This record gives sequence, structure tokens and C-alpha cells, in this order.
Amino acid sequence: MAALRPVRRRPAPRLTGLLCVLLLVFVPFASASRDVDSESNETWGRPARSTQEDPDHRTNSSDPHPKKSFPVLSFNYEHVRKPFEISLWILLALLMKLGFHIIPRVSNIVPESCLLIVVGLLLGGIIKAVNEKVSLFDSKFFFLYLLPPIILDAGYFLPIRPFTENLGTILVFAVVGTLWNTFFIGGLMYGVCQIEATQLGDVSLLSCLLFGTIISAVDPVAVLAVFEEIHINELLHILVFGESLLNDAVTVVLYHLFKEFSLAGTVTVVDAVLGVVCFFVVSLGGIMFGVVYGILGAFTSRFTSHTRVIEPLFVFLYSYMAYLSAEIFHLSGIMSLIACGVVMRPYVEANISHKSYTTIKYFLKMWSSVSETLIFIFLGVSTVDGPHDWNWTFVIVTVVLCLVSRVLGVIGLTFIINKFRIVKLTKKDQFIVAYGGLRGAIAFSLGFLLTDSKMKRMFLTAIITVIFFTVFVQGMTIRPLVELLAVKKKKESKASINEEIHTQFLDHLLTGIEDICGHYGHHHWKDKLNRFNKTYVKKLLIAGERSTEPQLISFYNKMEMKQAMMLVESGSAAKLPTVVSSVSMQNIQPRGPSSRRAMPSISKSREQEIRKILRGNLQKTRQRLRSYSRHDLMMDPFEDNMSEVRFRKQRVEMERRMSHYLTVPANRQETTPVRKVWFEPGVSRCSRIINYTL
Amino acid sequence: MGATQTRSEHKYQDLVEKTGFSLEQITNLHKRFQHLSGNEETISKESLESIPALANNPIKKQIIGAFFDKRNQHQDEAGSFEEIGFEQFLMVMSHFRPPSLKTTEEEKEAMRKEKLRFLFNMHDTDNDGTITLAEYRTVVEELLSKSGAIGQEAAKAIADAAMLEVASTNVPHMAPDEFYEGITFEHFEQILKGLEMESRMHIRFLDMDTTTMRCGKSKS
Repeated sequence: MAALRPVRRRPAPRLTGLLCVLLLVFVPFASASRDVDSESNETWGRPARSTQEDPDHRTNSSDPHPKKSFPVLSFNYEHVRKPFEISLWILLALLMKLGFHIIPRVSNIVPESCLLIVVGLLLGGIIKAVNEKVSLFDSKFFFLYLLPPIILDAGYFLPIRPFTENLGTILVFAVVGTLWNTFFIGGLMYGVCQIEATQLGDVSLLSCLLFGTIISAVDPVAVLAVFEEIHINELLHILVFGESLLNDAVTVVLYHLFKEFSLAGTVTVVDAVLGVVCFFVVSLGGIMFGVVYGILGAFTSRFTSHTRVIEPLFVFLYSYMAYLSAEIFHLSGIMSLIACGVVMRPYVEANISHKSYTTIKYFLKMWSSVSETLIFIFLGVSTVDGPHDWNWTFVIVTVVLCLVSRVLGVIGLTFIINKFRIVKLTKKDQFIVAYGGLRGAIAFSLGFLLTDSKMKRMFLTAIITVIFFTVFVQGMTIRPLVELLAVKKKKESKASINEEIHTQFLDHLLTGIEDICGHYGHHHWKDKLNRFNKTYVKKLLIAGERSTEPQLISFYNKMEMKQAMMLVESGSAAKLPTVVSSVSMQNIQPRGPSSRRAMPSISKSREQEIRKILRGNLQKTRQRLRSYSRHDLMMDPFEDNMSEVRFRKQRVEMERRMSHYLTVPANRQETTPVRKVWFEPGVSRCSRIINYTL
Repeated sequence: MGATQTRSEHKYQDLVEKTGFSLEQITNLHKRFQHLSGNEETISKESLESIPALANNPIKKQIIGAFFDKRNQHQDEAGSFEEIGFEQFLMVMSHFRPPSLKTTEEEKEAMRKEKLRFLFNMHDTDNDGTITLAEYRTVVEELLSKSGAIGQEAAKAIADAAMLEVASTNVPHMAPDEFYEGITFEHFEQILKGLEMESRMHIRFLDMDTTTMRCGKSKS
């Protein structure tokens, strides 16, 4: 297929468009080819000779005729059908994603989620036009495979400080807010159904409440997808996002409760009480599972110093097990996953290598990105595909009720919450919280799980309408509204050692003031927890000397490492970024004979890592890898395409810039001549700095 | 009983205006003050040092010192007190009040400056208007003091790196032989701009009395 080879002259969007059209045609064809290949099912006994698919050479190698010629080329699609289709879907989804970002104008106005749903709709339309019955959407597939990566990504990188500071508010919104939404929507819907004119008299109260449960929960996937692009300030982001995560427990309990009882028909007081107990069991149980698996994961990572390659897998697997274990008992899998990620992270990050950390980060981002894309596309496809029953009254009332209940809920709850908060929520904040209550695929999947009936189809239609409304209308308009209302945006802050010092200082200061005041507040308990963590937990879960390392020092080391890597990366790219400031250590050090320059006393293992990084990139090694082993990570040999001259020039530049970043003496002549300048042939003088600390 | 009541209310009214606390909060804090001072009129450094909960705090000395620092009394004096009365106690506490819904932007800005000034005074022990490298080193050393024996070197390195950062952010282009004297208040404000002090540096002052207010002082 010559068209696939990139032709530089043609502009990229056209190429992507061409690719997409090709794939669009290919997918239904691939699914349709099921019928044609039913005969080749018999060939499974014989191993597939060739995997090349060539429609023109379809030979039927099923019946062994004595006089038949040897099949040079055979066609056996069934053999690889399932993985083939899955890969094709994922590839298509990613190509779509790629396409959107190449066309910048569209992606600025329309959030990605909308575009993906539209693509899904198109695909669904094509599939339907080809008259194929592709029932792709499997709720089990969604809950077991698509949802966990997104939640793990969110939980692992959850900003802990704002989350715990606003935990009370988040819990009130999640629990009380969702309950309010459910009963308001369910109750009013029942009232509407009772009206003669709507002809919906057969919808019972419990069914309405069940519907209310499904539709009222704010969806983390949709919130993430939309809020990622608008960059609002941390407080609002964590409020809406935290709410979407924590309302899972309420949703699970209510869903099961109403589902059980919509069959039974009535709910007694005992059932209601049991429901409340169930809520606590579900949420606390889920969290407990998460914490246990998190501790196990952290403990395992303590021993992985010799098998660095599999470190990321431990993180992923323990988290996934936490999710699955919670799902076994119908506890809240989402809360379990979040708890696992949150508990595991500080200890795992102290134990694993830098490469593993990068791997974890990128794999999580990658998987969650793929999942999100697939979810939205499937949503679009299922919309076209799914059994529908459009009822004007029901749908319109649902949409209106959702909006109204959200607004009322947020205003009412904020009124109560503000009495207990120190930093109050303003009207602008309330508006964004209310407007950010997006519904998404979880609602759809929960609806899909209902037993098939006329009511289910009506519910599904309404759910899809609400999802479309929130994602399209609210998703598209939230960005201009944020601009219009001048809501505070996320501040672009780079890691600053001064801020870190003062954050810690403030923590201790406020704890001290609380102690003097004599009341055990927020800071007092946080301080107690930190001390407990330091004395017992860290010793147990972190390997080696890092277990006693104070937070300030780890932060400082991390910063130094980051700057060393940045330095090295910018050096090897042969593009020299402008130096921000010409201030160096000698401008700060007081003059005087006793000025013994301070050396960074990085710990030994860290120093090894920094040295490895510098060595690997500055040194010109023509050595080959000694042995190829899948289980060892070898250092990357220096790229051989650097000429000697350029290399030397960069070395000089590197040294100059090193003096700005590391606390290194600027006048190198003054320093005592060290025992050997080159500790390895060809290594630059930069490594001498590290030598001092030995 | 009645006479003392109205007299103390008058006194408190004065304090309400000066410090911005509510009447209930002042009453509670007064109870705490009485408890700490052993029903005396003034407290000394020893009474604060004997609070057991403070024992684990790495910057205990600086905190107690801040109470006795004249600069925190908003009266343009320098030096330190030997003992402080309730009014001075309240003045120091007032630095930790949170902003309310009705605080305007200018008031928030003024609040932030006041809180930053408090922090600055805590660091600038010799009152020369700048935080020198030595003073900053002391700060970091104190912070790391309770965290085990990592040695002076790490603290020094961190303080140096921090100082470098302040210098490069505020005075980007310095010739090699210029000397950066120390962090002035303006530079201090600049470097901590991102932390939003007015929303961070506060504690919850109770309107109601709690039992914990009565504990926290060792019975010696």
C-alpha cells in the first residue's frame, strides 16, 4: 500500500484523513469477513501456513483432496480474529486522536471527548449501514478493562495535599450531593410519570429511583477529559474530580439496593437501615482492600533493587488486584484502586529506580489515554447500535431535572459547607462545580447492565441524551465560560526549593501555634500522622538509608537530579537553551578566608545515578554491549554520530552551565587539585564534581 | 462580678477592633492565656516552653521567640520582651487569622504582606532588614534538626541552593564579582508569591471553649 508511506509533499491532515478512511472501510470489512471464513474454521487443526491476507487467493484448504495442489497461500482469519479486531479498534482510536491534534483549530474549540464520540457515531453508522450486528459494548469489558487504568492513573497521581485539605467538602458533595440528586430526580420523575398525559404510568417508584441513581453520579472519565484541557485552579479541579471518584461508593450501594428491590417491589425501613450500613461497609471495605494491597506493593518494592525491570509491573498488578478483589465482594472498586495508589506511592517512589518511575508514569498515562479514547468511541458506536426507545417527555424531563438538581444541590450544600470552611467557596467556584458535573460512560454501562425491557431501552435513551448533553454542551462551553468569569487558572509553578522549605516551615509553625492555642486541629493530627509514618512505617517499607531521609532532602535531591538530566538532555541535543541568569555561587558566598565551599552531599546511591547519567551521555564509548540479556538493563551507549569537535565544544558549555545549577565552585582554578582529574578515560571534567563527595 | 464583667467587655471591645477577633474567640484565648500563665498577668518564655506538645517541634525556639519579638506588635519597635501580656499575645495570634468571604482584594493583599512580614521577622534574627546566608542556613538546619543526623553539610547545601534561586530570580544578571547581600523583604515576597499566604497561613480559632484548651501544660 504505497499510500501508507509518508510522502513529504502532501500535507499531513490529508494523509491522516486518507488513512482514516482506509481504516474505516477496513474495519467493517474485517468484521464482515466472519461469514466468509466460516469454512476455514476446519483448518484450525492444521497450523496456519501463512498469515498474509490476500482476498484474491482465498483457498479452501479444508478438504484434503488427493490430487489438490499444495496451497502456497491460505487464508485463515478466524485464528487471529479476536486480537486482530481489538488491535484494529485501538489503532483506529489512536489515529483519530492523532488526527485531531494535527488540526489545531478544531481541538481548541471542541474538547477531544466530543470529537471521539462523533467518530464513534460515524463508525456506528457505517457498521449499521453494512448491516453488521456488532455488539461491541460489553459492560464487563468496560468495568474490568477500560475503567481501571484511568482510575489508577488518577489515583496514583492524585495531589495529596489539596485532596486531604478539602476532604470534608469533597465527601459532602460526593455522598450527600449524590443522595440528593438521586432522590430528587427519582422522586420528581415518578411524579411526572404519574401524570396521565405522559403514558408512563407503568414506571414504578423503585425503577425511577434506580434510574435516578444511574444518572446522578458525576463521572470521573468525563470530568478528567474535559477538565484536563481547561487548566483551572487546583481547588476547583480537586473538588469536582474528588467528588467524581468518591461518589462511586454511594452509586454502588444505591444501584444494588434499588436493583434488588425493584424486583421485590417494596422497601421497608429495615432495608433502608441495612442500606446505610452497606454504604459504610462498601466504602470502608473498599478503602481497606486498597490500603492492604498498597502496603503489600510498597513492601515488595523494598526488595526489588536487583530486578529493576519488573518494578513497574508490581505497581500495576497490585493495584489491579486491589480493584478486582474489591469487585468480588461488590465493594467499591474505584475507592480501593485510589486508596492503593495513594498509599503505595510515597514508599514505592522512594524505593524504585528513576527509570522505573518514568516507566510507571508513562505506562499509566498511555493506558489511561487509550482507555479514554476507546470509551468515548464505543459510546458513540453503541449510541447508533443500542436498542432505543425515544420518549420525548421522559428525555426532556430527565435533562432538565439533572441540571436543576445539580444546581440546587451545589448551592444548598455550599451554604452549609461554608460555615465550616475557612477558605470559603465563592459564587464563581460554585458555578464551576455545578457546571462541571458531567455524566459519562459509567452511567451508560450501569444502564446497560439492567435487564432487558421496554423500560431499559427508554432509560438508555435518556441516559445517552444526558451524556451527550453534558459532554457536548457543557464540555464545549466550559472553556469560554471559564475565560469569561475569569476563574483562577492553575499556576505554572516549577519546583522551587524555597517554596518547599517554607511549606515545611509553615507546617511546623502552624502546628506549634495550634499547640500554644491549645486546640487539636488539622495541623496537629497531620503532624502526629507524619511522625508515626516516619518512625514506624517508613522503616518498614523503604529500603536502606532512604528510610530515614527527611522530606526536604529527598526533594532537594530530586531537584538536583532533574536539573542534571535536563542539562544532559539539552547538551546532547546540540541546541543550547538560553541561560536564565548569570548568578552563580560566588555571588552568594561571603568573602573571606574561611569560605569553604559547600558541596552537595548527596547520598552514595544517588550520586551513582547522577554519575551514570552524566557518564553515559558525555562519554564517548565505542564499546558494544557485552551481552544481550532480556533481564538486564544496560546503559545506553553514547550515540556515535557526534563528532569530536562538537563534543568538546559541548563539554565546555556543559561545564559552564553546571556551575549555575549544582552548588559548585565557580572558580575551578582555586579548588584543590584532586587526586585524578579523569577517573575514566574520555570523561569530562564535570564528573570531577561528583568525585569530591567520595 | 457585674462591674468586672463590663470592664473586661470594654477591654475586649478594644481588642476586637485592634486584632479583628470576635468576642467569643478573645474570651477563649483569654482562658488559654490564663491557663498558660497560671493566672498571672503575663507569661514568660518558660511558660510557653513547658507545653509538652511543642517538644517535638523542630522550630520551637523560633516560634516562642516570635511571641516575644517586638517587631510583631506593629509598633515599629525592635528588640524583644521578657514577658508579654494578653494584648501582645493576641497581636501575635492575629497574624494567623484567615480571610473571610467579605475580605476585598486589597485587604487580602495587605493580609498577605503582614503574614509574610511575620515570617520574615522569624528568619531575620538580627533585624538588619535582610536574611543573610548564615541566617538562612540556620533556618534550614533547625528544620532538619529533628529529622536525625544528616549532618550540617546537607543543610548548608540546601540553604545555598535556595539562596541561589532567590538571587537568580530577583537579580538575574550579576557580574561575577558582585555580591548578593541577602534576601530583602521584596525579594522574599517575590519568591513566595506562589504560595498564597493569605489562604495558607491560618489556623482555626474556635468560637467555643473545648476541653483541650485546658491541657497542654505540664503540671510542674
